[in-house]
Amino acid sequence: MIAKTHLHALALGASLLATPALAQSVNLYTTREPALLNPVLEAFTKDTGIKVNAVFLKDGLQERIKAEGANSPADVMLVVDVGEINAAVDAGITQPIKSAVVDKTVPAQLRGPDNNWVTLTKRARIVVVSKDRVQQDAITYEDLADPKWKGKFCIRAGQHPYNNAFFAAYLARNGAEKTEAYLKALKANVARKPGGGDRDVARDILSGQCDIAIINTYYIGLMSKATNEQKGWYDAIKPVKTTFANGGTHVNVSAAAIAKNAPNRENAVKLLEYMLAEKAQALYADGNFEFPVNPDVKESAAVKLLGAVTPDTTPLGDVAKNRKAAADLVDKVGFDN
Amino acid sequence: MSLSAPLATQRRSPLAWRPSTRFAFASLLGAALVALPILALALTALSSQAASIWPHLAANVIPTALADTGRLLLGVGLLCGVIGVGTAWLVTQFEFPGRRALEWLLVLPLALPTYITAYIYVEFLGFQGPLQGALRALTGWRSLRDYWFPDPRSLVGAIFVMAIVLYPYVYLSVRALFGVQAATLVESARTLGASRGRLFWRIGLPMARPALAAGMTLALLETLNDIGASEYLGVRSLTLSIYTTWVNRSSLAGAAQIACVMLLLVVMLIVIEGRMRGQRRFALPVRQPRAVGHVPLTGAAAIAASLACALPVLLGAVLPIGFLAVEVLRRDLWQQADAALLRSLANAVVLSGLAAGIVVALGIGIGAARRQGREPWLPALSRLASLGYAVPGTVLALGLLVPLAGFDNILANASVRWFGFNPGLLLMGSGAALILAYVVRFLAIAVSGVESGLSRISPRIDDAARTLGASAPEVLRKMHWPLARPAIAAAALLVFVDCLKELPATLLLRPLNVDTLATTVYGHASRGSFEDGALAGLLIVLAGLYPAIRLARASGRRG
Repeated sequence: MIAKTHLHALALGASLLATPALAQSVNLYTTREPALLNPVLEAFTKDTGIKVNAVFLKDGLQERIKAEGANSPADVMLVVDVGEINAAVDAGITQPIKSAVVDKTVPAQLRGPDNNWVTLTKRARIVVVSKDRVQQDAITYEDLADPKWKGKFCIRAGQHPYNNAFFAAYLARNGAEKTEAYLKALKANVARKPGGGDRDVARDILSGQCDIAIINTYYIGLMSKATNEQKGWYDAIKPVKTTFANGGTHVNVSAAAIAKNAPNRENAVKLLEYMLAEKAQALYADGNFEFPVNPDVKESAAVKLLGAVTPDTTPLGDVAKNRKAAADLVDKVGFDN
Repeated sequence: MSLSAPLATQRRSPLAWRPSTRFAFASLLGAALVALPILALALTALSSQAASIWPHLAANVIPTALADTGRLLLGVGLLCGVIGVGTAWLVTQFEFPGRRALEWLLVLPLALPTYITAYIYVEFLGFQGPLQGALRALTGWRSLRDYWFPDPRSLVGAIFVMAIVLYPYVYLSVRALFGVQAATLVESARTLGASRGRLFWRIGLPMARPALAAGMTLALLETLNDIGASEYLGVRSLTLSIYTTWVNRSSLAGAAQIACVMLLLVVMLIVIEGRMRGQRRFALPVRQPRAVGHVPLTGAAAIAASLACALPVLLGAVLPIGFLAVEVLRRDLWQQADAALLRSLANAVVLSGLAAGIVVALGIGIGAARRQGREPWLPALSRLASLGYAVPGTVLALGLLVPLAGFDNILANASVRWFGFNPGLLLMGSGAALILAYVVRFLAIAVSGVESGLSRISPRIDDAARTLGASAPEVLRKMHWPLARPAIAAAALLVFVDCLKELPATLLLRPLNVDTLATTVYGHASRGSFEDGALAGLLIVLAGLYPAIRLARASGRRG
């Protein structure tokens, strides 16, 4: 019994120590999901011969790389949300991406300060309504505060990063006073305590608990593809064209950066260039119904399903800067209580 | 050294300390390990960035979080107490249909991670779940506008879910006590004609107090540091507030401050536990204890007892495990059973096993030091060593990052300087960091298990053995170990199961390319629907099931 355990331990130890291979490899730290990234990473290894070692984290990616310091194996970090990638830059754990391909493919406003990060895909946060009970094809975010939605509006927790970024964008456009009033009005409209996930709002529309809700676009795509009960949730909702009054749609990004102490910097650049090329964009963006950042990709699954989206012009950097203030306001009005 | 000194002292090698000192060293080591992340946390809380956010937290976040957490703890505590003590009393005192099976089945809910049970109940009680579906089919109602149905995504739902997973902590520790120690007293009282109710209220319950306190403390600390279920069920607990403060404000300092408030709460809980245990010591007589005879129940009373014990098993184990199994079949998840999944299983078992071994070794050292040592600071050390259990996994992992990675870097730089070879990050890169995190997190279970095992052995045994010339280690090896072994084995199994289920620290501290069952479930849940992770979830349960059954058997004999 004891000997057996030791053998297992040795086997594990060996497999753990074997990771930093001497062959061509690149080490990826990401908060994205394994099932979404693995097809792209496998294609990359097949096409380039470079092995990808990955660790899939939830939070704390930045703290971990920072703590690991000069000897960190991290080459590439791949995260969702502009706030998180900007925070990594602020923490001093990134380096400028030097690549003509990146510069050519991605417009400057979708790259970080001094090219410290680059957008890979975009996703929008939009309104869905009950197909049966609401006849409306377009709406503004501001309209959600209308008292006519009292007891009919569903949303996940206001402190969730998706809502946090959305409220930060609202704050960047409208200032603190109006945003506080907006949050209060939204809170007054909720049908249930803010919580659950984005898909849950679709389910709650199906169950009749609410008529109108806010959701990230790719969830709509994923539910449309579902073969289980989520197909029923999808069938109950209708996405509507959503914009700020006199503005565009709130868009967030999935983005990548190269770690400051990357041991395999050249391979890191290769991975980023690969992910921006048409083939991987199709795999990665379509795999999750996100909007490709490469303008050469004309036919994406997201556009086919939802139509083209015009992003709001508020700079992403301003959204990131307002995150803390938005989080404070959410607490102040007791949005999640 | 004068020649008149006793020979024994002179022959002692420098390593052969006073026996209790050797165990005291284990105490110091355990306490130091636990202190590491807590100190890192305290330092972060005191940093300059922290000052600016405190007023906001104090005004807007902490009051609600404290109130919600208080209600949650109260609810879970009450429900766990009622289920745990009630079922333990029934299975130890009475004979009714199914008692023998129920006695160990009652432990099973422990094999399920709280977050999985939470997900399952949201599905099960949800709009498309079988209950609401049947209700609509029966009544012709069409949507939630036509009827009301309890929503698990609420405080009450969270209390229910956590209590149904965590009550076995209370059950296990109280049952061990009822089964053996209360025996003599209960039998005397029965002989004197005490009624059943009187037996329970006047003898059973008062005697169960220390065991109740021990089990309840574990259950409540688990409740306090839970994040997955609280977040999903929409309870704004302190732990969740720590998490959102960290993530949304990028304010680790603010998060650390709330964590410190929470630690204060925990210290309070532990002090209360100490008071509840109080000076009462129910040590066994030197004579072997006799298990109490079961009083046969008949008719309605027998059926009621069977049902009362079957219900927690049904709700906490049969229903969730059945749900997972059905999802695996319905979604054809067998195709996920590939080499990667097997590796996750092997990783989970090996990491948890190693952690459990280390935890128990430290726990024995700490327990022995407390019993044999006279140093006044030993009890404080053992309390400190238990604090890790109260720190949420995420916070603990964050607190460990800096010291562990710092150690790695010092080592790597030294190696480069002296040998011209860079070994990379030793602890962070090998999974050792993760094992250390498990050790810090779950040391409390071993400490309390060993302590409760030892506390039942009369000090007279020690005195007799020492008088006959046995050394302190000999007393431990020859007297304490055989007597306390079931309790220690139980602690080891409990730690193993807890490590299998642990998610946040595992996510943050695991090396590249390493997954465990828990991270696999999380990977599926974060991607799509958690049901896609049902197979990995089922494997966690199965891997935890065997230890849970062993646990039930072990502590059922004479804990």
